[in-house]
Amino acid sequence: MALLQIAEPGQSAAPHQHKLAAGIDLGTTNSLVASVRSGKAETLADEGGNYILPSVVRYTEEEVIVGQDALEMATRDPLNTVASAKRLIGRGLADIKQLGGQLPYHFSQQESAVPRIQTIAGEVSPVEVSAEILRVLASRAEKTLGGDLEGVVITVPAYFDDAQRQATKDAARLAGLNVFRLLNEPTAAAVAYGLDREAGGIHAIYDLGGGTFDISILRLNKGVFEVMATGGDSALGGDDMDRVVAEWMMSQSGISDDANHETLRQLMEKARTAKEILTTDGSAEIDLDLQDGESWQGTLDRNTFNELIEPLIRKTISACRRTLRDAGVATEDIEDVVMVGGSTRVLRVRERVGELFGREPLVDIDPDRVVAIGAAIQADVLAGNKPDDELLLLDVTPLSLGIETMGGLVEKIIPRNTTIPVARAQEFTTFKDGQTAMAVHVIQGERELVSDCRSLARFELRGIPPMVAGAARIRVTFSVDADGLLNVEAEEQSQQVRASITVKPSYGLTDDEVAEMLQSSFDHAEEDMVARKLAEERVEAKRVVEALNAALASDGEALLNAEERARIDQSLSELLEAMEGKDADQIKARVLDVEETCAFYVERRMNAGIHEAMAGHNVDEF
Amino acid sequence: MFDLSKNYFELFGLPVTYIVDKQALSERYRELQRVVHPDRFSNASAQEQRFSLQQATQVNEAFDTLKDPLKRAQYLLGLHGIEMQADQETTRDTAFLMQQLEMREELEKARGSADPHAVLEDLMQRITTMIKQQVAQIAVQFEMGTDDQLEAARESVRKMQFLNKLHSEAENLEAELEDAI
Repeated sequence: MALLQIAEPGQSAAPHQHKLAAGIDLGTTNSLVASVRSGKAETLADEGGNYILPSVVRYTEEEVIVGQDALEMATRDPLNTVASAKRLIGRGLADIKQLGGQLPYHFSQQESAVPRIQTIAGEVSPVEVSAEILRVLASRAEKTLGGDLEGVVITVPAYFDDAQRQATKDAARLAGLNVFRLLNEPTAAAVAYGLDREAGGIHAIYDLGGGTFDISILRLNKGVFEVMATGGDSALGGDDMDRVVAEWMMSQSGISDDANHETLRQLMEKARTAKEILTTDGSAEIDLDLQDGESWQGTLDRNTFNELIEPLIRKTISACRRTLRDAGVATEDIEDVVMVGGSTRVLRVRERVGELFGREPLVDIDPDRVVAIGAAIQADVLAGNKPDDELLLLDVTPLSLGIETMGGLVEKIIPRNTTIPVARAQEFTTFKDGQTAMAVHVIQGERELVSDCRSLARFELRGIPPMVAGAARIRVTFSVDADGLLNVEAEEQSQQVRASITVKPSYGLTDDEVAEMLQSSFDHAEEDMVARKLAEERVEAKRVVEALNAALASDGEALLNAEERARIDQSLSELLEAMEGKDADQIKARVLDVEETCAFYVERRMNAGIHEAMAGHNVDEF
Repeated sequence: MFDLSKNYFELFGLPVTYIVDKQALSERYRELQRVVHPDRFSNASAQEQRFSLQQATQVNEAFDTLKDPLKRAQYLLGLHGIEMQADQETTRDTAFLMQQLEMREELEKARGSADPHAVLEDLMQRITTMIKQQVAQIAVQFEMGTDDQLEAARESVRKMQFLNKLHSEAENLEAELEDAI
């Protein structure tokens, strides 16, 4: 057996070890990865010096191509090239049809609620497409940084619902990444701006990306970023501007609605180019190749463009007003408005946002990179590289969460803009005499009727003892963790019959589906799975040992008596011994034993921490 | 877990009174979250992460309760042994109820009026003033602290529930009008 390592008192086991971590902005149109190197957060480039990875994946018979090369083939091979997968992730087929515009893919109709796109390489789900993009970015980071990533922070639109967040986390799992945290994009941008950490004040982040829009109102105070309210639209962005311009071109040039996929892709591309030209020029010339060798030329001037996109901007402005109201602040209270996302390059957007807030919006940091940079800063802190950093992000739930009650109505349990993590419970009762089961339908959204909201999950509580209607007491508890992910539990109070689920949304992948995908992406050999399990248990065990050693070194003396300390040391040494062996189950059992043995100590440490934080503030002060 | 003998006020190191120092409350909140928030435990064992999640949840709940005048009043009544039954509490003050009905009608009519924004703004202003009056009364009632006064505070809380509901309905209408522009 190897000798046990003992750290110097007051120091953690490996004080100078810098852990590799990255922030990933998984965007609708483009994705980026960033990391903190030598104290500075920067976006990482590929071999060709490009920071931006187009969020496009092309499937061929031989390989999967991600990024620029895939994008260039999008027009020629539209059916096998998936762009804007973020618009589809965590959604059902019915939602996707409602998104408007035509998508140039063939979806398969089948049992799974998750839409699957038919490609030459087989069917793929948006989760798998996103996983491909994440893999490319993670491997870029590992190459640049020269080692394995300890973990990543992945950004999501603040307005993403539970299903979309779960699906994003599933994509990371598929890509083999350890996710420290899902971080809301506007919050990440606020961190990147630093927004003068010392000064307090309230700031607005207006984030209009390729396919999503978020507005967040934050209060800053000595490194603590408190989100006061957030709002937006998870299906509104630059793509929609391209679409209205494309529709305008169709009506001007006489292209019919049932144009083929190649023509549609061409239209979208030309529309996008025109939009970009209009950020600097007063008008854009458009050249279209029509079928049968014909062509069409036209000019789009800025005024016409502004009129075309006005309804889209108006939607964002009204979301801003609602969010200000939710935050309980007026536009005069806002110190700065920060613009994030490529679509904020559109001049009319800047003008309208400036008008609303009565001040010039900030555009200092490249709006494409700012989110990835913020995520990298947070990842660095979460990796434990900056133990003394004051950065703390307190975010909120973007949408209300509730359950369906009689008559198809929604009873809200957690209202929107509640700070997370949060847990709330509410009691419900039976409707009929002798009722022994209850269907729990979990809903997300603001409207009164279930049919107008998003259905997240359904489950049943069975075994309720038969009683007269209204006598049973069924307590339903919703908890949302720091990633914004929901867990629901239902319990009948008198007999303590219990049912709980981590909400695997109706439109998400089932655990089995994820497991299956994971398996097929690894080598199938049995021994590989065993080796993988052993490696995973060892990593977790190592974490436990490191954390415990660091804890013992810092306050073991103060908080434990000799007998307690001996018990912990005994359990710890048994774990270390198990780690030398090759039995994954044994390691797991020892980890559990350590956790059980240390439960009182962990509790004591937290209370000591709270006590210390509150030291000097007690009732006597008043 | 937390020392359960501590109530929310004690957890935040604040005196158990209705009037709270808002700035101190926010500062203590941030200080507590700095210690317990899950982001402080991303490298810790799964067990510590679970503890941290529970505690951060509790701190959020406590802050949410203490910063809101209505929830704070209900919580403080609970500490005095008066548990309010959410759906069974209603005021019998007929004059107050009549006034509520009238204001509700005004809200209904605002939608169709010539200048709905002005009508709505005026109405919301009045509701806010009435809420502030209730808050002031509740503060005094808790200060006196006799059984009669606590019963009176309970009555004030019931009225405040009405007023809050009306105010949020007015806000919904305001949002609806804005979206229709």
